Order: sequence, then C-alpha cells, then structure tokens
Amino acid sequence: MNIPKITKILEVKNEAKDIKTITFNYPERVDPGQFFMIWIPGVDEIPMSVSSIDKDVKGITFRKVGDATSALYKLKKEDRIGIRGPYGNGFELQGNHILFVGGGTGVATLAPAVKYVVKNKSSATVIIGAKTKNELFFEDRLKKCGVTILISTDDGSKGFKGSATDLAQDILKKENFDSVLTCGPEVMMKILLDSTTIPFQASLERYMKCAIGLCGQCCIGEGLRVCIDGPIFDGKTLKNIQDFGIFRRDSAGRKVRF
Amino acid sequence: MLPLADISTNIGSLPLKNPTMLASGIMDEDAGSMKRIIKCGAGAIVTKSIGLQPREGYPNPTLIELEYGILNAMGLPNPGIDEFGEEILQLKKSKTPIIGSIYGANAKEFIELGQKMEDYGVSAIELNLSCPHAKKYGLEVGYDPKLIQIITSSVKVNVKIPVFVKLSPNVTNISEIAKAAESGNADTIVAINSVKAMKIDLDLKRPILSNKIGGYSGRAIKPIGVRCVYEIAEHVDIPIIGVGGILSGEDAIEYMMAGASAIQIGAGVYYRELDIFKKIKKEIEQWMDKHSYKKISDIVGVAHL
Repeated sequence: MNIPKITKILEVKNEAKDIKTITFNYPERVDPGQFFMIWIPGVDEIPMSVSSIDKDVKGITFRKVGDATSALYKLKKEDRIGIRGPYGNGFELQGNHILFVGGGTGVATLAPAVKYVVKNKSSATVIIGAKTKNELFFEDRLKKCGVTILISTDDGSKGFKGSATDLAQDILKKENFDSVLTCGPEVMMKILLDSTTIPFQASLERYMKCAIGLCGQCCIGEGLRVCIDGPIFDGKTLKNIQDFGIFRRDSAGRKVRF
Repeated sequence: MLPLADISTNIGSLPLKNPTMLASGIMDEDAGSMKRIIKCGAGAIVTKSIGLQPREGYPNPTLIELEYGILNAMGLPNPGIDEFGEEILQLKKSKTPIIGSIYGANAKEFIELGQKMEDYGVSAIELNLSCPHAKKYGLEVGYDPKLIQIITSSVKVNVKIPVFVKLSPNVTNISEIAKAAESGNADTIVAINSVKAMKIDLDLKRPILSNKIGGYSGRAIKPIGVRCVYEIAEHVDIPIIGVGGILSGEDAIEYMMAGASAIQIGAGVYYRELDIFKKIKKEIEQWMDKHSYKKISDIVGVAHL
C-alpha cells in the first residue's frame, strides 16, 4: 500500500560538504534507478533515489538544499522517518561496456546501477562531476566495485577541469561504449543527449506529490509521469519531449526555466 | 461482434461521444497530460481547479492510499488562470470537450474565472463549490444554498457556455443545495466531490496528511455518491454527472440508474491505469448489449421507483 511506513534510521554517514547518506531497514526488492518517497514528519515528503541496495538495508544520499533536505540532514541514528515505494521504472542495464555520467548528487542515483553491471560481468567507466573537490563523493565506494573512475570539477580543484559532460564528450570520442547512463543537472544531460548517438538513459527529477501517477504534478511531454513512466527515460523518448532540459514545473504547476 | 449499444450521451446541450469523463484534479494541470487522457478514450476532460492566483498547495504528504480508497489534500495547487490559458489554447484542436474547473472565494472571483475560461475556448465551466480541504474555498463556500445560488446565477449571466456545479457530500442537505444551483440556472449538477476523512499514523501518533484532513475517494465512497445522485435526481430536472468510486462499467451503470447522464473518473486511474476510460466504455457497451439497452438515456434514472 502506498502509505508511509515508519522506520528508524540505521546509520547516518557524512559523504562530502552538505552531503549525507542515510540507511534504513527496507527488505522489499528495489532496483537501481528507482526511488522512495521519504516523509520527514512535520516537514515534507520528498522523492529520493535509492543510493545503496543491500538485501534488507537500503540507503539514500542527498545534499542539503531546501527545507526538507535540511531537516533530513539534521536527523540522527534512531530518528524516525516514513518511507513508501519503491517507485518508478529503474534503469535497463544492458551492454558490455557502459559509460556512467553523474553530475552533482546524480552519482548517488547511478551507484547501485554501477554495482549491478559489474556484478553481471560488464565493464564500466564512471564520470563523477562536481563543482569543486570537497563536493565529490562515492569515489572510494565505486573504486571498490572495480570500475574506471574519472573525476571532473568545474573549478579544476581535482581531475579534469570542466563539467562532467565535457569530459564525457572527450571520452566518447576516444572509446566505444554500448550505452550511456546519466543523472545530474538536466541542462547537462540534454547537452550529453544531443552529442551522442549511442543508447542513452537519463534519470529525471521533478517536483512530486502523489508519486502514484494521479496528481499530474510531475508530468512532462505528452503526459509522461516521471513517477511511473520514469524517472528513467531513454534517449529516443527524451528527444521527443520539448520540455527536457528547458523547463520544469514548480509546485503550483508554473513553468520554470532551468 | 460489434456492440449494438450507442454509448453517446448528452449533458444538456453538450454532446459526448461516450459518458466517461476525467474528473478534476487528475492529470489535468497541463496540456500534454490532458492530450494523453484524450488518447485513452475519455469522452470529456475536466481541468484541475483553477483560481485567480497561482497556488502551491499543501506540503507533502498530500496523497496516500488506504485500504478502500485514496485520501488526498493537495490544497488546490494550480498555476493561476492567466498562466493556465496557454495550456487550454494548446488543446484548441481537440474534438473532445474540455471543461474548465474553477474555484473562488466569492461570486466576483468566479465570474472573472468563468469569463477567462470561456475566452480560452472551453466547452463548459465546472464550479468547484465542494473541495473539502481548502480554507476560504470549495466547501467553505458550497455548504450554503443561498451562496450557491448567487454564485451560480452570477456566473450564468456572464458566460454563454454551460455551467456545471460540483457538489460536496459533506453536507446534510445535498438535494437542497442542488435545487439552489438549479434555481441559479446551473446547467448540470456534478456529484460528488471527495468525502472528508483522516488517517492517523499509530507510531507517530499524528495525522499523515500535512493538512490533517483530506478528501476520501475511490471504492469506499461509491455508495455515498450513488445515494447523493439518487437524492438529487428526485429534486432537480437538470442533468447530473455522477462521480465517486467508479472503477468499472457496472459502477457507471449504477450511477446512471441513480440518475447520472455521464460519469467522471478520478481515483480509478490509479486502480485500472490510464486506459480505464477505454475499459469502462467497453464494459458499459457489453452490459448494455447483454441487457438489451440501446442508448444511455434509457438507463438514466431507471432506479427511481
């Protein structure tokens, strides 16, 4: 049933500046790319991608940006939150050699997919992009999976100087991949989509309310519900969505440019 | 075998290819979503309720599933009438009627909203006088027969298109309120809006919805809706649109027998996916063929003994 289940936070881990991971007991099956609705009682309920998937324990990783994430950031081990889900379609994980491009907290969404493809004997290159060095996270965790990690920072404080997309475009010229999976700022993902012809999947983020396909708040293009038809969309679908990378809608349903 | 039954219907002067309409509040805040629902077979679309100013609605949780229905308190989120025009204009070529739902605090606001909707080109207006969870709006206006009559007649003299009035079951006198709408020259009554309800989480010892109180819809409220439509039909001569817990063709038929000329679907989209409109159309046709009914109007109100 689509109603929050109350659970205690098992662990809180600092990942980088303003970024934390919270884990909790959640024995249900969750696939890479799916998301939960996380209820912070008295504050808000927000969508959040799964960032770690173990048998009984699942995790989310987030940056302190608004009221809800700031409240979540303050919570400690044993504090109670409500969880419903998992929601959404998840990534299609096919191909022998996959390029992952994560911008900002987007890498949190990609991490479970990286682990999955490695387990299935595929190889992967992961680009982790951030504004600056102290906002990078998951580098060690992904290295342990045995994939190639490439770092980009906007200010050049670590790795390639520039955006994750710039770096991805360089790599795509030099190396052949079977597909590109990305999560990050939508403008960045659109540039990446426009610059490649290989199979492409992107994880989209929209303001959500019901998460079960009723309210219409997260709809894009011709009635595609990010909560149910997404949050992962393939390149072909995204090329037909005029709003992709251009605008989102605020909680009143007004168009807001990225 | 092709169905013999003709499922077209008329809501007063407004003809519908089929009696399944999208209820206000579901996938109807932007043109793209409404286009998708039209492709799923809806006979008409009712838009999200639109007010004069943009409104963000309540913080989440705004919607949860309960055992026998859906509980929500969205809080009337909408982009405001001026920005919403762009969405309606994109649907101009649609052959499926678009009905503009509006909410206001008084007659003056309803008039302005109604006139703007008419200018955008909608086929009819639905007055939301029944939202159970918004301060100053909806039910807070719509519990009073006198106010209903004033608002309805004020909108009526200022627009040419049909005016529907959507009523709440959260009153003790729904037929009196329906009569007030009729005396204000309403073209159609829509019944019912959701039923006031609450869900408390036992672990946290607090209501789950941020607004605490919400509106209950889905399977659980169908008997309430059928009763309301039946009572209203005994007291008014204008057409009625039935809404509340319709998940199947037989549910739709039941509302028709109570007196509804058409029906609206909301929570059903969750229970039977977006193509519930096609599914219910087919089920209505099959039921009519099996019971030798040739047209919808032969079913409307037959349960009134």
